[in-house]
Formats: sequence, structure tokens, C-alpha cells
Amino acid sequence: MEERTLTCIGCPMGCQVSVQMDAGKILSVTGNTCPRGDAYAREEVTAPARTVTSTIPVTGGGRKVRIPCKTASDIPKQKIFVVMAQIHKAGAQAPVRRGDVLIRDVAGTGVDVIATGDVL
Amino acid sequence: MKTVDIVIIGGGPAGLAAALSARKAGTENILIIERDDELGGILNQCIHNGFGLHTFHEELTGPEYAGRFIDQVKEAGIPYLLNTMVLDISRAGAAPDACADAGAAQTAPETAESAAAGGARHIITATNRTDGLFQIGAQAVILAMGCRERPRGALNIPGYRPAGIFSAGTAQRLVNVEGYMPGHEVVILGSGDIGLIMARRMTLEGAKVKVVAELMPYSGGLKRNIVQCLDDFGIPLKLSHTVVDIEGKDRVKAVTIAQVGADRRPIPGTEERYTCDTLLLSVGLIPENELSRAAGIEINGVTNGPVVNESLETSEEGVFACGNVLHVHDLVDNVSEEASRAGTNAARFVARNSGKTTPPDTLNTQAEAGETRTGAKTRTGAGEIQVRTGNGVRYTVPSFVNPERLDGNLIIRFRVGAIYKDASVVVRLGGERLRALKKKIIAPGEMEQVIITKDELLQHENADSIEISIEENSAAQAAQSR
Amino acid sequence: MMYDVVIIGAGVSGAAIARELSRYDCNVCVLEKEEDVCCGTSKANSAIVHAGYDCKPGSMMAKMNVRGNAMMEQLSKDLDFPFRRNGSLVLCVEEEQLPALQRLYEQGIQDGVPGLQLLDHDAALAMEPNLSDKVVAALYAPSAGVVCPFLMNIAMAENAFENGVDFRFNTEVEALRREEDGRWHIRTNNGEYLARCVVNAAGVYADIFHNMVSAKKLHITPRRGDYLLLDHETEGFVQHTIFQQPGKFGKGVLVAPTIHGNTLVGPTAIDVPDREDTATTQEGLDQVISRSAISVKNLPLRKVITSFAGLRAHEDGHDFVLGPVEDAQDFYDCAGIESPGLSSAPAIGEYIGGMVAERFCFDRKKEWKATRKGIVSPKNLSFEERNELIRRNPAYGQIICRCENITEAEIIDAIRRPLGARSLDGVKRRVRAGMGRCQGGFCSPRVMDILSRELGLPMEKITKSGGRSNIVLDIQRGEGQ
Repeated sequence: MEERTLTCIGCPMGCQVSVQMDAGKILSVTGNTCPRGDAYAREEVTAPARTVTSTIPVTGGGRKVRIPCKTASDIPKQKIFVVMAQIHKAGAQAPVRRGDVLIRDVAGTGVDVIATGDVL
Repeated sequence: MKTVDIVIIGGGPAGLAAALSARKAGTENILIIERDDELGGILNQCIHNGFGLHTFHEELTGPEYAGRFIDQVKEAGIPYLLNTMVLDISRAGAAPDACADAGAAQTAPETAESAAAGGARHIITATNRTDGLFQIGAQAVILAMGCRERPRGALNIPGYRPAGIFSAGTAQRLVNVEGYMPGHEVVILGSGDIGLIMARRMTLEGAKVKVVAELMPYSGGLKRNIVQCLDDFGIPLKLSHTVVDIEGKDRVKAVTIAQVGADRRPIPGTEERYTCDTLLLSVGLIPENELSRAAGIEINGVTNGPVVNESLETSEEGVFACGNVLHVHDLVDNVSEEASRAGTNAARFVARNSGKTTPPDTLNTQAEAGETRTGAKTRTGAGEIQVRTGNGVRYTVPSFVNPERLDGNLIIRFRVGAIYKDASVVVRLGGERLRALKKKIIAPGEMEQVIITKDELLQHENADSIEISIEENSAAQAAQSR
Repeated sequence: MMYDVVIIGAGVSGAAIARELSRYDCNVCVLEKEEDVCCGTSKANSAIVHAGYDCKPGSMMAKMNVRGNAMMEQLSKDLDFPFRRNGSLVLCVEEEQLPALQRLYEQGIQDGVPGLQLLDHDAALAMEPNLSDKVVAALYAPSAGVVCPFLMNIAMAENAFENGVDFRFNTEVEALRREEDGRWHIRTNNGEYLARCVVNAAGVYADIFHNMVSAKKLHITPRRGDYLLLDHETEGFVQHTIFQQPGKFGKGVLVAPTIHGNTLVGPTAIDVPDREDTATTQEGLDQVISRSAISVKNLPLRKVITSFAGLRAHEDGHDFVLGPVEDAQDFYDCAGIESPGLSSAPAIGEYIGGMVAERFCFDRKKEWKATRKGIVSPKNLSFEERNELIRRNPAYGQIICRCENITEAEIIDAIRRPLGARSLDGVKRRVRAGMGRCQGGFCSPRVMDILSRELGLPMEKITKSGGRSNIVLDIQRGEGQ
């Protein structure tokens, strides 16, 4: 049996929530003061995920030299740096519009990196 | 001189939302004046996500959030000027104040009087490359200039003044917009959201963020940012710490931080030295009210923003304020909502003063009230209720309310001065306890609001004040003293 | 390279001497270890033009101060730098110090300071309502003024340059020796120089150069002064420069308006061993704050926008050391230039420059340009003039520094003009971009951009103040990088 403690991000309370686990199975969640804390903790210990945002160099955009981008949805937390490595290798050519796909299936996550701004 | 109904100073989230709502409320002739080379304001460099949960019910990045408003503004055909800096706001028919830049207005070819004759109430003096120095007359003005970061000097941090000290927002611009790395080994002072966001951003770009020091015993940043920007990357957060020395003559070489006592002064013997090449400062934001001050608009000493009434109108009649220029917000959604009210109110003001039609139900009372008032003043005018700050409350927006003028319910936004757990927000109307709202936590970093219905206000027609205060229960006090 | 005169140091004294010598038919070169003029003591001081009453009668300080003060007005017009006679008050806050104030008054008369007046409490407070209520009396000196120390230094250097003086920056003198043929051989990190004559205007380093050539040693102590600068929102907090009477707290701190409308408070007087130690300390800044309360009440400390420290070159004899060095022929000292060095600079330039010119019988140039035009500031123009300027050069319509309302054209001018800016600080000293309340938070990336474009340097090479003070370290990774 193992126990993991994490800070709930649901509200400024920042409850220290403990999750008791056994062989990857959640036995109980304690320390939370509301149901959101329970839900957060369960997800965070089993499949923590994050949206990664960054920029990619863009050519042909005049003064604008970077296009902001994000993963179109959350990616597994442990893949953040693999995703960043691929973002660091990417480039784009203007015009780029909000929502355009800049990298398909980044780092094998099945998630695309899309533009979050316009460089026309 | 060109004359418009409403000039909006600033094309960031506040200005954009104000423009849209003013247009929706029936004002045709609007001009947005933006000093940067694109609309969107600071959101353009806030490439992280977390914006728009309230407004769009989805999580957007800064540029996306701004983009949605920009699209709407363009669709609505609202004109805007880019790369244009407003230098002065003055009342038509009155000599501009003798500030350095308004000096130019004094000798303007078109006199203030001619503007007044053209129906304008205010004269905006601005400059850009193509139009030169020019003036625009306006019926109403919406201040939406945003805020700026407090510099190092405001903190009196001792040490050298080498390269490598940036406010977090400057570093954010360099990294996210210009594509440059301000440094490789970083210490951050201040755990406000921008500081936290930059800790993650620099880390993702390959920098080593060694520590985030926070003067206060708590972080002003969102819990989510502490977890996802610091904890995710193992960056330590040192509460009750500050920078006591900066080394390096040319470029930052090291930064020493120390623990502070309850008086927020460094405790000798607690110093820790970090070698680094960069110090980022995220030590607070200040509304940018230089224009407002020069225009003689009354400023609230706590918020550093204009004193406003329920219509978000400043002490200068027909000049409205919204967004971070009014008070520093933590959520852009609140900025948009507030700005949208300012826009609507400005449109009503224009309609009222030019005899154009607006929905009759609001116009009647507005017009009557309009006869006797001249904007928000320190002294309450006829029919105005003062909003007071009670225990624990640092400020409220607005400061004055005229229930007659109120269109719908009254939203009072405020901030507290310390963390309160299991406490109540108590609303008093004319000394009478209207209600108490229980809160698990109230923190200085999170703007709070209470809503008082128009009916409630009208029922207490003799009330001369509204008071917002924090009431702690004994358990909470115990938590405080821990 | 062979010169008639090599001046070590491009601070305000070196620039004044260079300008004076530029009147004559001679080859002059100024060697400066920093990347720009005005990088040492000249850039971090009280920015005051003293009236001259506090100098010991008969001292070089007294002579140079009173003369420098008298010259300042015309010089500021000729060279187009900001100077204003705002007058000063020395406050007496204890009855028992009244006789000392009286003595200061008499000393001032003896020094030849014009217009001195003793004021009682009421008269002083009528003049300055924010003075401490404890003020007993004050000495009023109407001839005192405030000046922009950067622009004064820069203006003199630019004018000297336009009249043919060479300036070598990033050039640090390492050794000095007199050759057998009587010429001075000057070794620097940046080549060798030969000169008939050397003028040592090296600020806190002046004793080092003096001691290289003379057996009669000088000893300079770098005396650090910490200052606080307040937003120009505080303009009018005091109109006059407010001094404290020297007393049990030492020389005391001053509260003064700057020529640009800020309020300056300081300095401390802390002797430091390191000639580069311009780091402020907590104790120093605390001292400035606590001592300012002796002079004024309700100082709006929330409006502090920056703090800084400068070093005064305090010589043991506490007087300016000006003139030929006895045992080193054709080597002239301009050493121990602490307060009132800025006020005295025009006179020091005239004095040393004249002395050198006379020694070598330099002829006056037939054509010498006595005036110099500063960078045009649209802020000071009328509506039409400003528009005309923008029509001719649209960059005058583009504001870059929003705190001080500085246009792109002014920044470009600061870079392109003779001895132009090469760094963010260089731009800041010339046009105040980044000098305002946000301290460059908004404009520094844009000024860097302009510097990069104008100098043809990549952003990574743009510095805050030369040397290794690079601002961004590298470009972010991306395609092909």
C-alpha cells in the first residue's frame, strides 16, 4: 500500500489531499473538503495530464517572428518535455491562423499542436 | 476636429469588451485607440492557457481569448487606431492642465471651445506616425489602459544594477513574442501568477529556475499555478523570503535571499545565496493612471485606479473606467464582464446627452438622474450611497451607488487584506445586516464580489451606506494565529 | 597613436577639459574604460549645481564652485542641456546650531556667493511647506541650481568631438611612463598611445594614475552615496534643493527636485574599499529614508521608482587636486573631484584646459563651434511644431517609452548622433527612455530592437551598459537552430 499527498488546485484552499493506493488501485481519498478535491486527486494520481503551450518560429510574418501554440488537448504529464523537444524542432510559414495544425500527433500522443494566434 | 461618440483608450481585453457592448447598446461612432501594434493587449504575450472559463466556458490561451474579441470587434466594424499613444484627456471648453504634454494641446489649432460647439465633451490628444499629433472630440471616454508591473526600485532591493533583472512581464514578452531567452539560471521574486507562469515557461525553454521567493507568508498566485508551474518541475517556493542582495557588475552573478519576519524585514543569518544570471520580479501590478491623474480624475489610494460609481463612471462626468486601469484583476473574464458594463453605461450616457433613443425604460430614470450629477465624487451626491470597506476589506469597486441609475443588480467587487478561512462576507445596508455569505477561504489574491439586487437597494431607500466586511468565526481566528 | 594631449576619463571633468582644449589647434584624445561618456561618478550624484557657500574659503573647491556656477547658465544655453536655478535651503533644526548656520552664511559671503539670505522658521516654511516643523532657520542661496548631469557631460563631450577631439571607449589605461624624448607613453587594453601631455581625470581611479608617475602620493577613498529617486508625480514636493546643516549626523542627506521633475533623496556617505562598488545596501537605503525625515515631512516613499549608488572620489586633503604634478612633467591632475565637482566642471575645464594650452602655446582655432544642439524633444514643442516634425520624420509620432513619452525618432537620434548611445543605458541617459516609473519594463525590448537595427547587431549583442552586460543570452530554439 502506498500513499500520495497532493495539493488540490480546485480553489484557494489548496487542500492537502491524500490518496491511499494499492497496486495502482485507489483505496481511499482523504483530506479533501469537497467532491472536487476527490475527483481531482483520483485523476492526478492515475492519469495526470497537462496542456502544453509554447511558441514556434514563423517566417514571412514581418515583425512577428513567433506563433503561439498549444496542444489541442491535454497530454500525459510525463510527456511534457518530449512534446517540448518536438515543438523546439518545429517551424511555420505565414500565413498561420488560430487553430491551424502546426504539429500532427505530437510525440505520439495522438494530440496535435495548434496555433493559438494569427500571423498573417 | 473629428468627433466621435466614445473614445476607448486601450485595445486590450477591457477596451475590446467595452467597445462591443457600447456598440450593442446602440452607439455607432466608437474609436479604440491602442498604443501597441496590434489589438489584444497583454493577452498576446500570455500564451499559457486558463483564460475564458467563465466567458466562453472553455479553457483558452491568452491570444485565443483576445482573438475571439478582436474577431468580434472587426466583424462589428468598430474602428481602431494602432501604434497610437494618447497624451492627454481634457474637458472641452476648459483649458487643458499644464502637464508637459497637454502643453501641446494649449496651442492646438482647433480650440477646446470649437470642440464643445461640435458637441464633444472631452478632447483626446494623441500621436502616431501617420496622423501626427491630433485631437479627437468625444462625448464619452472609456479608460482601459491596463496596468504595469512594479519595478525593482519600488521594493528598494539593495545591490548592484546589472543586466539580467527583468520584471516577469518583460521577460514574458522577450520569450513569447520576441523569441529570446533572457537567461539560463533564474531566481524569481514574487509568486504572483505572472511569476509562476514564467517559472514554468523558462523551464520549458531549458532554463533552470532555482527558487521562487515570496515576501508574504502566502502566495498570491492560483493554487493551480503553484502545482502546475512549480511543483510539476520541482521548483521550490520559499514563502516569507525576499531578495537582500544582487551581485554582478555587468550581468547578474548571484542573488541572495533571506527569510523575513512578521515585519517583512529580513532576518539576519537566514541568507541563502543562489548563483544565477537572471532575476525575475513579479512583485505587483499598478493601474496605469497617468492620463487619468493629469485629467484631474480622482484616484483611489488603495487601488491606484479611479474612484467610480455604480456605472463605472469616474469623477469626471462621461469618463468611465474598466479593467486593470480601474483595479488589478486576477481573471480576464472579470475584466471583460466589467468592461462590458462600462461600455453599456457609456453608450447610455451618450444617448442621454445627445437625445438619441435608447430603450425607454432605462432612459427615463437616467435622464432625471443625469440632471443632478457630475460623475463620482469623494462626497456623495444626491441619492448616492457610499460603499464602505469594513473589517478586512481593502477596497471596493464601486465607491458610490445611485440605485436610481442602476440597471439591474449591483455588483461590488473587493479584495481582502489577509487570508481568512471559514469566514463570512457581511453586507450591511444603512447599518442593517443584509446578509452574510459563508466562505471557506477568502484570500488577497482572489477578487471577491457580492451582488445586491436593485430591489434590495430600493427597499432601503433611506440607507446612506453599504458596508462590506469580513467576520471571522473563532475557529478561523485560531487558524490565523497558527 | 600620437596626440598632443591624452585625457584619461570621459566623465564630466574629462569632457569639460576636452571641450576647453578643443578651442585650440591641438590633437586631443579622451580614453575611457567604459563604453560611453558619463559612466562613473558623473552619472550617479545629486545633480546639483551648488551655490558654493560650504567650501572652505580660498580652497580650489570654493574657486571652482563659484566660477562653475556662474558659467553654468550660458554653458547650458550654448550646449543645450537642461539647467535651472531653483535655489537651495540649508536647514537648521536645532537652536544650538544657529551660530553654525550664521558662520555658513558668512563663509558664503566670503566665497563670493550671491544673494544669500537667512530665513526664520516661518519664512522657510512659506517657501517650502513640506519642510519639517522642527526647522528653526534656513540659509537660502538663490544661485543654486539643478542640472541634468548626463546631458551636461554628454553635451560637453559631443561638442568637443565635433571640434575634433577623439574619444576611445572601452579603453582602459594600464600603464603610464615618460619616454626619454619627453613624450608620455600610455599602454591600454586597446593599443598604445603617445602624448606630449596627460590629463588625469580618472575619478575614483585618479590616485592610481597619479601614483604611477609621482612620488608625492595621493590617496582617494571611494565614498559611496545611496540615493532614492521618486516618480515625477511627486513634482513640486520641494521646489528648492533642501540640504541639512552639517552636524551630528554628518553631512546629512538632501531632498531635491531633479531637472526632470522627479524628487531625489540622498546620499549616504559610506567609505568602501572597492572602486567599482556601486551596490546599494539595505542599511544605506534605510539611512537615506530615516535622515530625510529631519528635513521634510510626509515624503511620499511609495513613489520611489529606483534606488542607486554612486562613488565620490574623496581625496584625503578634501580639496580638488588641480594642475601640474610637480615631479612628473606635463602630467596634470584633475583629482579628488567629489562634491561640488559637477558644479565646478565648467570651471575645471577652463582652468586645466587653459593651463595646458598655455604651457604648450597652442593657438586658438580659427573656427571653433561653441554651440551644440541637443536631441529635439517633441514634448517641448507647440502643436504645430510637433506636427511639422512628424511630417518630416514620422518616427517623431511613435511613442516608445510610455512613461516619459519618448518617441522613436529621439531614440534613433540618441544612437546616430556623434558619440551616440551604444546600449540601453546610453539611450536612457540621452533621452530618458526607461528612466520613468516602469523603469524600462515596457520599452526596453523595443529600445533593444531599435539599437539592434541601428547598430546592425543581433539582439543577443545588445547590452545594458557595454561590456558583458548582455540583456538576452540567446535566441530560442526553433527550426534549423
